[in-house]
Amino acid sequence: MTVALVILIGALGGVLAGLFGVGGGILFVPTLALVLGLTQLHAEATSLLAILPTALAGTWRQRRYGNVDVRAAALIGVASIVGVQGGVLVAESLADSTLRRLFGALLLVTAAHIVWRLRRKPAEESSIPGRIR
Amino acid sequence: MPKLLAIGLVAGFFGAIFGVGGGIVIVPLLTLLLAFDQRRAAGTSLAAILVASVAGAVTYGFHGDVKVGAAALVGIPAVFGVLLGTTLQQRIPVQKLSYGFAAVLAVVGVRLLL
Repeated sequence: MTVALVILIGALGGVLAGLFGVGGGILFVPTLALVLGLTQLHAEATSLLAILPTALAGTWRQRRYGNVDVRAAALIGVASIVGVQGGVLVAESLADSTLRRLFGALLLVTAAHIVWRLRRKPAEESSIPGRIR
Repeated sequence: MPKLLAIGLVAGFFGAIFGVGGGIVIVPLLTLLLAFDQRRAAGTSLAAILVASVAGAVTYGFHGDVKVGAAALVGIPAVFGVLLGTTLQQRIPVQKLSYGFAAVLAVVGVRLLL
């Protein structure tokens, strides 16, 4: 039952990500933590793997639209590997409850960001196809 | 180039702490620092996220924190969801719905904060 629910939420999360231009991760982490009962750390770690198929599909699509600057993406990607090490160290050292609260704060910031984006440039933003973050 | 590397450092750090791709950092920084337009910023961000997510999953994996079954359970259905979502995006008025979505995020955010 839980399995069916999680599959459903995963698909729904994807629909929402595609619709509203947010990343799968922001929806995967709460799903994994609250529905499957993973610790916050495990939910976040697992989310990074769960993002992959979506990011792959999205990149493939965006590349066809000519929206990917491959050189810039490669440089950001390579530098991110270093940043990731720091992030993982910090996440591993924090109490799970602290990590969960931080994520809660991130959700609030994301919600505010969505509203801000809507108020600034509604037409352009909402017409971006295949936008996943 | 230093700017791109700096964006990568910040995005990787941020993405790993929160278990997200880092697009929420990459997209604004590309538009603000390097004058990318929104589409190009979003597309480029996605490709960069691919690398960052692999790095994050592998690094967390070494610590034994990644639940592969759970990742597949959520991540694979999501691909189909995203394809449906981006198609729907062209057809329905997303703007008003976005306020509702922001509200849902805020509620879950508060739930996790408390």
